Amino acid sequence: MSNLKVLVVEDSPTMRQLIVFALKRIRGLQIVEANDGVGGLKKLSAEKFDLILTDINMPIMDGLKLVSLIRNDPQYKVVPVVVITTEGAQEDRDRALALGANEYITKPIQTAKIIEVVRRLLEVGG
Amino acid sequence: MSDRDENMGATQRAEEFLQVFKRGAEFTQDLLKENERLRFQILKLEQTASDVSTSPDVDQLKNRIGVLESEKQEILDRIKAIEQENIDYDNRYSEVEAENNLLANLYISSYQLHSTLEISEIIRIIQEILLNLVGVEQFSIMLLDETRLTLRPLVVEGTDPKLVTSVKVGEGAIGETVQTAAHRLLAPDAAGDVFSDPIAIIPLVVGQDVIGVINIYKLLQQKVSFSNIDEELFNLLGAHAATAIFTAMLHIEQGSRPVFHDSFFARMSDTLG
Repeated sequence: MSNLKVLVVEDSPTMRQLIVFALKRIRGLQIVEANDGVGGLKKLSAEKFDLILTDINMPIMDGLKLVSLIRNDPQYKVVPVVVITTEGAQEDRDRALALGANEYITKPIQTAKIIEVVRRLLEVGG
Repeated sequence: MSDRDENMGATQRAEEFLQVFKRGAEFTQDLLKENERLRFQILKLEQTASDVSTSPDVDQLKNRIGVLESEKQEILDRIKAIEQENIDYDNRYSEVEAENNLLANLYISSYQLHSTLEISEIIRIIQEILLNLVGVEQFSIMLLDETRLTLRPLVVEGTDPKLVTSVKVGEGAIGETVQTAAHRLLAPDAAGDVFSDPIAIIPLVVGQDVIGVINIYKLLQQKVSFSNIDEELFNLLGAHAATAIFTAMLHIEQGSRPVFHDSFFARMSDTLG
């Protein structure tokens, strides 16, 4: 497994670092980071990604808007999208899934959960 | 009917009787022959059975069956042991994953807390750790005003700041924590008035001195209790957040980042020998 690229869109440096830390345990994965939805869109237009992991609550452009724009882009119509939500934010979760997100992860985040979801969606092992 | 006709009838019946008798005799002969044949067959089979039961091949086969039965039992026992090993490995894997998760949380929290000298950044990082890693919805950070011996709220998150008031050292659960310097955790539903008796109080300690506390009033929905990871994070926050806040306070007082100069190196040289 190699050359699979994941975009992590998260405004919190702590959370971003934790997510990247977890994803680095998947061998050969390339990880690109963005601070918010706008930054994420720029990365998406510049490079091709195999999976997008985005927080929902972010300034400038939130995760829901980003998911909506991603799904309207023919290039990313079927690319797996995972959203990160807070516990109890059922409405956000439902909206994200309705907009086309494949999966959600709730905070507080478990690194094992991130790894499990990303491996499953990318269909990779180790 | 004449005498001649009567004699002919008797002769005919006698012949019929003889015919039946003859067929009966033949049938009996056949039965006797079949009986003889079957008795011979039985004797032959008995002889064969006797030969088989005493044959060394049968003993060998019986032994082989015994060995195979024993091997089968060993294999079954081994399969059971392997299944148990698999369960043990699964459990161990889960434990390692949990430890890994804990270490990742601690490493990143510590890394982030010491990545800046700006007090606002440090407060934001504490907020992020509590919200995203522990799952706290409402909390406050209080710092100790040593001139008034009072804990004063610096940050109130997730609730009305007016609900969080200053606390005298030694008064109530929060004030006592300054004296004991030990964190206190309650079951989330055990607290009464959470603002005077929070579900968690974490003292911020630098060296031996408590410089403030973090009070947790409410957890996120569905988070029903504190986990081991939470406790470790509280321990980390108690020490590292305190040091980070203290360093940021020094930075504010200094006005800028300290510059290493000759006198510093001279002093370090003396200190380190």
